[in-house]
Amino acid sequence: MIDFCGIRLEHEVINGSGTFDAIAAQRAFGDELLERFPFSAFVSKTVTLEPRQGNPPPRLWELGAGMINSIGLPNKGLRGYLAEDLPKLSELPVPLIVNVMGSTRDEVAALVRAFGERDEVAALELNLSCPNVKTGLDFGVDPIATAGLVEHVRPLADKPLIVKLTPNAGDPAAVAAAAEGAGADAMSLINTLRGMALHPHTREPWLGGGTGGVSGPAIRPIALAQVAQVASRVRVPIVGMGGVQRGADALDLLDAGATLVAVGTESFREPLCASRIVRELTQLLGEPRLEAPSTVR
Amino acid sequence: MRKQTEVLATRSIGAYRWLACVNPGPTPRPGQFYMLATVERWGGGEAERPFLPRAFSYLRTDGDRLEFLWEDVGPGTRRLSELRPGEELWLLGPLGNGFEPAPNPLLVGGGIGIVPLACWQDELVDAPVLLGFRDAHHAAAAELLRDPRIATDDGSLGHHGLVTELLAAELGDVTVYACGPPPMLETVRAICTERDVPAQLALEAGMACGFGACFGCVVPTRDGYVRLCVDGPVLEAAALEGVR
Repeated sequence: MIDFCGIRLEHEVINGSGTFDAIAAQRAFGDELLERFPFSAFVSKTVTLEPRQGNPPPRLWELGAGMINSIGLPNKGLRGYLAEDLPKLSELPVPLIVNVMGSTRDEVAALVRAFGERDEVAALELNLSCPNVKTGLDFGVDPIATAGLVEHVRPLADKPLIVKLTPNAGDPAAVAAAAEGAGADAMSLINTLRGMALHPHTREPWLGGGTGGVSGPAIRPIALAQVAQVASRVRVPIVGMGGVQRGADALDLLDAGATLVAVGTESFREPLCASRIVRELTQLLGEPRLEAPSTVR
Repeated sequence: MRKQTEVLATRSIGAYRWLACVNPGPTPRPGQFYMLATVERWGGGEAERPFLPRAFSYLRTDGDRLEFLWEDVGPGTRRLSELRPGEELWLLGPLGNGFEPAPNPLLVGGGIGIVPLACWQDELVDAPVLLGFRDAHHAAAAELLRDPRIATDDGSLGHHGLVTELLAAELGDVTVYACGPPPMLETVRAICTERDVPAQLALEAGMACGFGACFGCVVPTRDGYVRLCVDGPVLEAAALEGVR
């Protein structure tokens, strides 16, 4: 059992927000999914105050080692989520973490307050990859804006508050330190990196949203570096993610300072990959670890 | 869930590649699809792709074995085309919805879009089939269906012109089932809407996952975007404002 912010979890592997729709997966795979649920906690896709359609297609671009997505956070909005999704997600066999995003402090506050009251919700995750309407910049690129937002919403819910950092910040560790100082209980990183692809013929941007987020094994070393950097600056637990495909990748993130590891893009290729990664990780953690040469000496 | 399965047979049919494999799961319904990837060497082709599995409607099944058909148009289909009997595939499915039975079916296929119509024709009695291809070389795949009427763009076989021209002459008290390239499906949608003929269209979109996780395969409908993998791939033409 793992203790994460006071939540007891069966193992170290959860999903990244927006990379697994447990309700749709249950429609596709039936009860087999619940019986073999691969994650120790389920992180919902981002919920906003108002419904969002998401970006126009095309939304995907394949890379040799990953993909670029321009999904645009489609969701039913707070009211739709509470009425339709939350009752179904509360039946999952694992704790539920709800990811929220807003473009003003008040929007985020309304979401945090609403989910803070719900017993079905174990923890909240704050998506900072959203433009602040006041500045036009993502909240998460600026330590001061991040601290201000976290300070504002932290008292509104009596649940662990995870801050999902953006890797597109100049200094993600400084943002993490600011969020910790403002009362965040945990950090999760990395979100996708901004990227672009051109249409092979028209030479215009391929993705309907113009740019998108790069994910998959291509970003794994960046994730590892940022997790190590953030772990050296904060004391709160870290959910590490970015290109995890195997137990060995998960172990790297744990050794870099993460408490939990999240899987995202790999689930698209293999829906139950998280179960395999847990098995591989468990085996690796059980093997005798070589001591670093410096300590051996 | 995703299963490893064995390739039983492969061959070329005109411009297309045909493959049969062991069906490791439940019997699919016509119009449903699978996500396919090779077990070995999935990746390392053009631009180091493929990375993601590829979505394919199945061509035909007897329950124990599944047949697929594709055209080699990119790094995913190229790698799949290299498969030989005895080699292994990853298979996720069956996924999505299928065709819904309705009176007086009329089947219309274009190019590789003939695939889901083969198994659908197997279930129907005396459903006329209209197929369109670029040329006679591609039209070799028409042998996979019973008694099709054929149109080719270059006139090298059958009607010289578009399959939708054959369709326009046949429209009456029918239900149209169509699959093909977007311009063909848009024409089918437009003429069926104009003549008030019900039509079920099997659409295609790039997908990362096939089971509703990635939200990448959306198409616009009158009710907003829907995910083709879980709400399709078969959609009622009346639900669409256009096919792009």
